[in-house]
Order: sequence, then structure tokens, then C-alpha cells
Amino acid sequence: MNPILNVRQLTMDFGGIRALARLDLTVNHGEIAALIGPNGAGKTTFFNCVTGLYVPTSGDVFIHATPEKSVRINGMKPHRVTRAGLSRTFQNIRLFKEMTALENVMIGRHCRTHAGIFGAFFRNRATRDEEQRIIHDSYRLLEIVGLEDQVNFRALNLPYGDQRKLEIARALAAEPRLLLLDEPAAGMNSQETRDLTSLILKIRDEFNIAILLIEHDMKLVMTLSERIFVMDYGRKIAEGTPEDIRTNPDVIRAYLGEDSHA
Amino acid sequence: MIDTLLKSLRTALWFMFLTFPILAVRIDSLKNAVTVRWPAVIILGAVIFLISVLWHTAGLVKRSWFFRFDGFKQFIQRLPDQDALSPFMIRTTLGAAAVFMISLPFFASSYQTNVMINALLYVMLGLGLNIVVGLAGLLDLGYVAFYAVGAYLYALLNLHLGIGFWIALPMGAALAAFFGILLGIPVLRLKGDYLAIVTLGFGEIIRLILENWDRVFKGPSGISHISRPSLFGIGIMESSVHHAIIYMYYIVVVLVLSTFFFVSRLKHSRIGRALLALKEDEIACQAMGIDKMKTKLTAFALGATWAGMAGVIFAAKTTFINPASFTFMESAIILSIVVIGGMGSIPGVVLGAFFLVLLPEYFRELGDYRMLVFGGAMILVMVFKPRGLLENTKPTVTYVSQQTGPDTP
Repeated sequence: MNPILNVRQLTMDFGGIRALARLDLTVNHGEIAALIGPNGAGKTTFFNCVTGLYVPTSGDVFIHATPEKSVRINGMKPHRVTRAGLSRTFQNIRLFKEMTALENVMIGRHCRTHAGIFGAFFRNRATRDEEQRIIHDSYRLLEIVGLEDQVNFRALNLPYGDQRKLEIARALAAEPRLLLLDEPAAGMNSQETRDLTSLILKIRDEFNIAILLIEHDMKLVMTLSERIFVMDYGRKIAEGTPEDIRTNPDVIRAYLGEDSHA
Repeated sequence: MIDTLLKSLRTALWFMFLTFPILAVRIDSLKNAVTVRWPAVIILGAVIFLISVLWHTAGLVKRSWFFRFDGFKQFIQRLPDQDALSPFMIRTTLGAAAVFMISLPFFASSYQTNVMINALLYVMLGLGLNIVVGLAGLLDLGYVAFYAVGAYLYALLNLHLGIGFWIALPMGAALAAFFGILLGIPVLRLKGDYLAIVTLGFGEIIRLILENWDRVFKGPSGISHISRPSLFGIGIMESSVHHAIIYMYYIVVVLVLSTFFFVSRLKHSRIGRALLALKEDEIACQAMGIDKMKTKLTAFALGATWAGMAGVIFAAKTTFINPASFTFMESAIILSIVVIGGMGSIPGVVLGAFFLVLLPEYFRELGDYRMLVFGGAMILVMVFKPRGLLENTKPTVTYVSQQTGPDTP
């Protein structure tokens, strides 16, 4: 097992409130893992710490681009984290709404391409070629998530489920080694959720990347994940296969309340 | 019908009431008396009443037969979309505009040519600010500072070292870009209203320095006798003011065309897309691997570059500059050009500049009412086309299947 993301003793304080308390977590190469927990458990805070939007109070986050090479990414600027091989989607969709589906994905290619001001003004051969490649790569990603017919639609005109898919395509455009999905099935109906399940599996196999997802839809979590982490009050309370988690008394207590004896 | 009349009457009375203090009451300081100009109030009331009746009946008409047929409706709706115009129409319009612009100095007076130079200068300023406000979405209220940097750079270099226009032009651009970065660094974390206030302060600081640091910038009396541009090192243009203006006009036309060219290329590039993304969502932008700081600084520097060049041209055109030319009002006008033209839309900004510069110029006959008409026109544009005269609707890239290349306009 090659770890791709290695989080050790991650702690995040907001003033007096400890949102994350000495969290340990490892995601392996090519694995689909899920992070679950009641609302307010600190799941999104964890994502924000890992992707550089927050600077954690203490602890370490390592990303292993190759088995030998690891980069410590806590405190790094978000764009550098993305460049290091980690990209994400957002719980409340954050697409570039006025832009078309294609343009959105093309933005995702930004960190893997190079054309600068000079190229923009003079459009030399290298710039033109690169622009062509960006368009083709982006179109291919839209095909993979099944949005090729909406390529020139503006993001805000897409139905909700398609917006989620577009966000995934945009995140994939940054060539991540680990994809973080923050509640990808939120607001989807059961048919859309089934489609999403197969899409996530397809992405993992096609791109050979690891996926870590936050999700409240237990059916999706149980079908997809190979490993599940459970959080409550900023701590990790359980870790294991879906079978372990389903029967774990701590998890049941966290979800149903202190008094219940399931 | 009675309803409409009553409504109009009410509107008219309101108007009369609200404009009463400025329109009707007149203080005669010689006789120490206050007179009320009733006829003016009555006329205003009648005009407003008529307009209101027309307005409401037009509303009825709209719902009845005239506006029913779809062609017209579609035409109105698609007006801001460049696709609605056939390539032939676009080409004809552009061709006519080109012929007009090139031949203008031959049939127009020096005054008219000068007015056009002024308008073109604002096109340039508008296109520059459009990079910052329209593309990157950074509200900059101190843009005139960079304009002043360019103008004073040329004026001072010319005064002390006798450096000419053509050398000062790139220097003005570079220095303004440097100032753009200088302003950009402290405001990297700010956005929206906060950014607007800091940039406003920056603009005022530059103006106050120019005004108060007499020894260097000559204070409020300004710098005069700035050289006009030379032609291949020969100052033949000094002989006749009329020729100098014509020469200046063509310089400005060429520079505006190149600005237009570079800015539209920028918009349809990787950097341009990053700027547009930054405007829409900073957090998503960073999460997608875009360096927020670098992109913001790029926007500030590029925007300032054109303001610097415009400043050099301005100094060469008027041959005299003082801090009064670089007040907040200038920033406000340039920003209005961008907003009224349509944020991010390059043809829109050009149209906005002509609208905002030429309209007050040709309404001079109206005397005191000039600014009133101007303000009214601005309100009308914002009410009926809140996203600008030529809304920015076209995506930067359109994918066409079975096609190897993209369709980048």
C-alpha cells in the first residue's frame, strides 16, 4: 500500500474552538475513501486545512507525489497545493457561473499550462498549440463526465446534477493524484446518485487516482468506499471497512445521540 | 384610461414638488427678494404629465398589436449579442467607422479633431481600466493616479532632460505598471468596497503629492511648454498648431488600435481566463491552481500600463499639465465608461467612451442643462441596460465539433 495523503496530528483552532483535534488519516494510492460524521464534525474544515484554504494550528499534511518523494503541504498556498496534486470540489458548488462548461474546465488546466503575458499578446506558435491542447483536454474531460452536449452552455444554466459533474471535471483538469469531493451527491435524486456512483468508479479506474469524499448519503458511501473515516467533534472516532463502521458502537452513538443503546 | 390620467397627474405633481426648490425658487441678491417662477413649474408639470401618459399608453400598446410579432422582440433581446448582426453588417459598420476615423482630420476643424483625440484617449483609459474592473473584477477608484504618473513622467523628463515623446511613452507605461504593482501589493487581501476605498485613497495621495510637493512637481501651477511629439526626430510640428493636432490625432488612433488589439488578445488567453475566473470566485480560482496574488498584480500592472501611456499622450497633447486634471472626477468618468459600456466587453467600452465624452461635448449648447441631460442619459442606460450598452455575453472560447481549431474571436 502506497500512501498518497498522510495527515498526522492535524489540529485546527478557531479562537477557543477546536475544530480539528489531532487527526490522523491516510489515504492510499488508487483508493476510494469516505469521511463521514454528523453536521459540524469538522469534515469541511479538514478539507479546507488540507487544500490550503486554512492554515492548520499544528500537525502535518504530506502528499506523496511518488512513493519516494513527499511534500509537506500544510500552510502552503492553495494554488501550490493544487499543483502538488490535490484538487477538490465544494459543498456549495463554486463554479464560474458566467463562464461556459468548457471555460470552467479550461480554468482547471491553468496550473498545468504555462502561456504568459507575452504569449497572450503575441500568440506565438507555442501559445497557440498549448491553447489547442487545453481545449481538447478539457473537451475530453467533459465527455468523460457526460457533459459533451453542454460544452458551450453557461454553468449557471446547467441543471444542478450537471453542475456537480462539471465541478468534478474541472477538478480533474488539474491532474490531481488525490481528488477531494465535498458532498458530491448533495441535492441529487436517487437516479442521479446512482449515476454519480458509477461516474466516481469510472474516474478512479480511468485516471488511476485516489478519491476522498465527504458524504451524508450512506448508501453511496457504503457502496463506493473501501475505507471509511468517522469524525465527531473534530476527532476521528472510527476507521475501517464499511462493514466495521456499520456495526461500530461509537459511530452509532455519534449519529443517534448519547442515550441510545443500539 | 382614467387610471392612467390620474397616475400621470400624480407623477407630474410629484415632479413639480421635488424640483420646486431648484427650478422655481429664485433668489435675487440685488433686490434682496425671492421670486417664484411659476410658469417654469407649470411647463415642467405639463411635460412630465405628457411623458407619463405616453409611457403608460405605450405599455398598453406593447401588450396589444404592435410589439406582438416575434421578429421585433427577438431583435431587441438579441441586440447586445454580436451574433445577431450578420458578418456583412459588422464589416460594413467597421469599414465605415475606419473610413470616418482616417478621414476625420481632413474635413473636421481643429476643434473637432481635438475633441476626437480626447474621446480616443478615454477609449484607451477605458480599455485599460476594463482589464482591472471588467476582467479581474477589482473595483479601482484611483485609476487616474496612473494617468497622472504617465503625464508627470513625461512633463518632468521633458522639462529637465529634454527627453522626447517617443522615448517617454514606453517609460511612462513601465513606470505606471510599477506603480500598479506598488498599489497592488497592499490591497491583495482586499476586495469589493474595501478595495474601492483604498484605491480611492491612493488616487488622492498621488494628486496631493503633485499639488503640495512644489519643488519637484511645481504645485498647482503645473508644468507648461511640454514638447509635442516629433516626427523622426524633427520638430516640424512646432510650426503649426493645426498640423500638430492632426499628427497627434493619428498617433492616438494607432495607439488606440493597438490597445484594442492587445486587450482583446489578452481576454482570449490563458491569463485573461484566469482574470475572469478571479472575478467570479476567488476561492474556487485558487483551488484550481491559479496564483491569486500574481494574477491580481498582473491585472493592476497591465491596467496601469495603458493609463501611463495615455498620460504621456495627454501631456504631449495639451503641452500643459497640473494636478487639477487628475481629480477623482476623472477616475469616476473612466469607471463610468467601463460600467456603461458593459463590464468586460471591449466594443462596449469603446462605445461607452464615445458616449460619455462626446455627449457632454456636443451638448454644450444646452449650457447649464448639459450635465442634467448627461446624468439623465446615464440613468436611462442603467435602467434599460443595467449590464451596459454592449453586454459582455460571448464566451472567450466556443467549441465547435468536427473542427480541429477553436473559434476564438
